[in-house]
Amino acid sequence: MATADDLKFQEFDDAANLLAANPDATTISIDEPVEIPKNQHSRLQEPGREEDDELLGTDDSDKTELLAGQKKSAPFWTFEYYQTFFDVDTYQVLDRIKGSVFPVPGKNFVRLYIRSNPDLYGPFWICATLVFTIAVSGNLSNFFIHLGKPTYHYVPQFRKVSIAATTIYAYAWLVPLALWGFLMWRNSKVMNIVSYSFLEIVCVYGYSLFIYIPTAILWIIPQKVVRWVLMVFSLCLSGSVLVMTFWPAVRDDNRRIAVATVATILLLHALLAVGCLAYFFDAPELDIPAPIIPAHNGTTVITKSH
Amino acid sequence: FPGLADVSISQDIPVEGEITVPVGSHSPDEDYSTLDEPVKDTIMRDLKAVGKKFVHVMYPRKSSALLRDWDLWGPLVLCVSLALMLQGGSADSKDDGGPQFAEVFVIIWFGAVVITLNSKLLGGTISFFQSLCVLGYCVLPLTVAMLVCRLVLLAGAGTISFIIRLIVVGAMFAWSTLASTAFLADSQPPNRKALVVYPIFLFYFVISWMILTFTPQ
Repeated sequence: MATADDLKFQEFDDAANLLAANPDATTISIDEPVEIPKNQHSRLQEPGREEDDELLGTDDSDKTELLAGQKKSAPFWTFEYYQTFFDVDTYQVLDRIKGSVFPVPGKNFVRLYIRSNPDLYGPFWICATLVFTIAVSGNLSNFFIHLGKPTYHYVPQFRKVSIAATTIYAYAWLVPLALWGFLMWRNSKVMNIVSYSFLEIVCVYGYSLFIYIPTAILWIIPQKVVRWVLMVFSLCLSGSVLVMTFWPAVRDDNRRIAVATVATILLLHALLAVGCLAYFFDAPELDIPAPIIPAHNGTTVITKSH
Repeated sequence: FPGLADVSISQDIPVEGEITVPVGSHSPDEDYSTLDEPVKDTIMRDLKAVGKKFVHVMYPRKSSALLRDWDLWGPLVLCVSLALMLQGGSADSKDDGGPQFAEVFVIIWFGAVVITLNSKLLGGTISFFQSLCVLGYCVLPLTVAMLVCRLVLLAGAGTISFIIRLIVVGAMFAWSTLASTAFLADSQPPNRKALVVYPIFLFYFVISWMILTFTPQ
């Protein structure tokens, strides 16, 4: 028989039960209603919990799981469902971009910046910008390389935009899909402490491509050495973001599989960069045929400059 | 409902009366059916609406005429004329030439749809077609730039003509972006304005790039 007391919402008992069940969970005291706006997350953290925050971000896991449950409750055929993937403010997007460009060793991009709020804005628009940046920079660099050649006629090479779009969007969406499937499969065999949702993986990949935008602009410089240095540099930065994200997810697995996974991730990333450089940017030191010098016996000699 | 227990309607008393709905004021269009007006009036009304919107774009003020009565005639005309003017460029080989007509069309319309979806997903309050209307109309400065470029290219294709084209296209690109931002900015949530403005910037940048790189055969 339920009395009035039994029916009252017994807040403190629940918290105590939770603590008893999971004594390692960090607790937070929230003195505001649960529906806090998202941009006050960081201000509610207590300063003493920074150490936990660094690795796994479990300090606000209770909060985010509560809110994550409330967030994605709309059925997938409504517009509101998709609005939950764009629930980011300007400063959040900028923070995430900053986190992908300056990876801090030891900090996991997903836990630190995404925090159960993956967005599709970043990946989509970073890929779109990258597509057009690569196409435009490639076109510009070819123009400058071949400038002055008497036989050169400038063409906008618009067809390359569609090729760039296909490549980059395929990379940014299919590779995360494959990786997510692989991680799910391994997760069923080996219990990992860290597992990512598909959107979080898409997010990491999307934001990790940001460094290629300034790299592509700088690839206009027609020096082979400069281009390769830039490529290695950007590969290190974005590769490190990916490695630091996915190493905790696979390290509990069989050693060889873990290493192979991370190596594949890096290899695909490098393949994308090298492929873009090779296809969209002509080699800077072409054999530029100098003006034909008629030799004294009538045959023409074409001198090749290095 | 205790109060209604007493109410009963005797079978003898006929219930009759008149039910009239008070008719509100007619909007001016319904005073006479638009089917009866001369065709010239119909066409002129739409043309005047389109022309008024063109003027609003060239002198962007905070007016809501563009937003309230949206139409897609203007964007269609602008898009088709821009795509037509971008034809006839260097088409040595199909792979290396400029954008085809269909490509320009798809970029403009698909780009506008994507930007509209983006702004709505971020929480904007503008309606889908209103946003398409604004983005389409704000292509007008770039169409003017394309016209100027083609005229300049008739005179020659050297460095000076390139610099002139660069300045004209750059100015029109800034004009387009500012005009569309002026119309669309109010309907966005305040802390996401940059997230909405950036795709518009990218959209007009791509169109400007297509205009600037147009080289005649």
